[in-house]
Amino acid sequence: MAEDLPGRTTDAIPDFSEYRGLWVYVQHRRGEAAPVSWQLLGVAREMAQQIGVPVGAAVLGHNVRHLAEDAIKYGADVVYHIDDPVLEDYRTQAYAHGMAALIRNHKPEVVLYGSTIHGRDVAGAVATEVKTGLAADATELSIEEEGHLLHASRPDFGGKLMSTILCKRHRPQMATCRPGVFPTPPPDPDRKGEIISEPLGLREEEVATQVLEFIPEPHQVDLSNADLIVSGGRGLGGPKAFEMLFELAEAAHGVVGASRGAVMAGWIPYQHQVGQTGQTVRPRVYVACGISGAIQHMVGMQDSDIIVAINSDGSAPIFRSADYGVVGDMFQIIPALTRHLRALSPPARSNGPTKTPQGTSSERSGPGPISEGSTKDGPSN
Amino acid sequence: MHIVVSIKQVPDTAEVRIDPRTNTMIRNGVPSIVNPDDRHAVEEAVHLKEQFGGRVSVVTMGPNQAKDALREAVSFGADQGILLSDRRFAGADTLATSYVLWKSILRLNSEAPVELVLCGRQALDGDTGQVPPGIATRLGWPQLTSVLRVDEVNLQDRWIKVQRMVEGGREIVRAKLPCVLTCTREMNVPRYATFPNMVKAARYDPLVWDREALGIDDESQVGLRGSPTIVSKVWAPAPRQRGATVWIDGSDPDQAAEQLIPILINAAKNQIERLQDPAAEVSPENPANGAERPRVPATENGPDNRPSNVAKHG
Repeated sequence: MAEDLPGRTTDAIPDFSEYRGLWVYVQHRRGEAAPVSWQLLGVAREMAQQIGVPVGAAVLGHNVRHLAEDAIKYGADVVYHIDDPVLEDYRTQAYAHGMAALIRNHKPEVVLYGSTIHGRDVAGAVATEVKTGLAADATELSIEEEGHLLHASRPDFGGKLMSTILCKRHRPQMATCRPGVFPTPPPDPDRKGEIISEPLGLREEEVATQVLEFIPEPHQVDLSNADLIVSGGRGLGGPKAFEMLFELAEAAHGVVGASRGAVMAGWIPYQHQVGQTGQTVRPRVYVACGISGAIQHMVGMQDSDIIVAINSDGSAPIFRSADYGVVGDMFQIIPALTRHLRALSPPARSNGPTKTPQGTSSERSGPGPISEGSTKDGPSN
Repeated sequence: MHIVVSIKQVPDTAEVRIDPRTNTMIRNGVPSIVNPDDRHAVEEAVHLKEQFGGRVSVVTMGPNQAKDALREAVSFGADQGILLSDRRFAGADTLATSYVLWKSILRLNSEAPVELVLCGRQALDGDTGQVPPGIATRLGWPQLTSVLRVDEVNLQDRWIKVQRMVEGGREIVRAKLPCVLTCTREMNVPRYATFPNMVKAARYDPLVWDREALGIDDESQVGLRGSPTIVSKVWAPAPRQRGATVWIDGSDPDQAAEQLIPILINAAKNQIERLQDPAAEVSPENPANGAERPRVPATENGPDNRPSNVAKHG
């Protein structure tokens, strides 16, 4: 903490003038970008404009030149690109090796990563490799015009406090940043940028891991991109009650979230967890069912446009943050909601109560050219 | 097989209170617990030891009080616990922490070759998940983070096969031993301490390794000096301003549903349009998407949670 730092601030800050530009690590799986990559290009662009430096994007992979082009559309001036068959699958060792080499060769002053499983995995390794500071899970970013010091702030202690992390004596200043917090900038197809290709300099035999198989989760939980989240807490009483949430989510084209309590109780997998130790979400509508509103949950969903709380206990803290509060029996109200929604959109019904958003979307959209939100060959624009 | 588990003693964040005047944590009376993910790491280590033989060494960096966490690990079946403690280690960020843990693993490795290092996926208090990649990178060993399950360990040919959580699904990966894993709560169900182990743990006095014991000559790598990051400021976030709650009577479910439907439909409409027009997905802020976005000030020019004026904060 700050009071433990006597003397440090008097040390001279090294000359960092050769470090220039704000970079974003473009996270993807086999060529499909994670939305957070573009979100971070947006915030990097804003900060770069403010201090007058270029925005860089690091794109590592195999046959992913389309991502380099996308990065320019989303705001990169220069893309540092490594294409190598060794990078076909994400593996820490190979990606961290390539990323560290790009950083050493091109000396960015800031590098941002998504605080996703992938982003944390690679950023932790790169920071250790290049011996620099890494702030974790930032939800606010800003940069000083003088000295270009990055302020990376994040909620701490279960969201009760915010702390700002600085990295004064090392470059690049790195941070992982929470997905869904920074808005995606509109892509500009006419933006021009430069793509610089570099070799990886690592042979397959030197990589100690091998990805044998990828198993997509049967019901994909994409909380961070959902417009509607129906979330359940301990008030639901057990795993059975989550079925009623899945039905409502399906009828309303939303996804199911959960509080930490419900996840810890084993009622629903961790991937559904919203909150400080789960995911941060900002849907248009967040329906909290049987969630008391612990601070650790609130920090993960308080930026939702509209919060609806349904709870039998009218004094639950969740109501203090709710735009709409319904005090009553969830086990009556939720099925009633589902019934009313289905009555409004009969086609969703004929497919039976499938729980996958894919099933629902193809049903809703008819025989049109819809990609069903597939994770394999999404749009590359 | 020699397995090292790196654990952390954390304040139970559910119990943490903040002093509203000073914006500091009130530590008095806050119980310390073994970081929940780390309990799964200990369990996995003990389980593997039962299958393959060998020993489980548990390390933690912290003050004397952290010995309790090591005793707890012994009560769950670990063979030895080592406290990494030195006045100079204080104030370490993740980079400086991984340095000390790395040094302890090197020493343990010289005593008996280490095949696996297990860590919890992330800590309840710091929640960074950065220390394990730091350890793996320093060791030059492969890292497998967010492991859901160990499928196979082959000590003959020296590899491990695991399932790990990744975005959008799970991945089956094989890595050469030795390697570093981070454990999730999906991995196992931690056992309760047996009575003999509880007795053993109560009497157990963990080893303490300081700078000298770890062979750390270069003080610039540890503690505050070895930490590139500093916490410059801590403040209590202002809760987002919302209007007064609109109350809907829930005593008649159908009536309540009717009032809620328009709110839900707005979101659903937008979702459907996005599904029908994949291009729209890249721009959720696009007003052409049709749905109303009430009560979202400043989304067009950047969200209000991003201060452009640093001076205000610093």
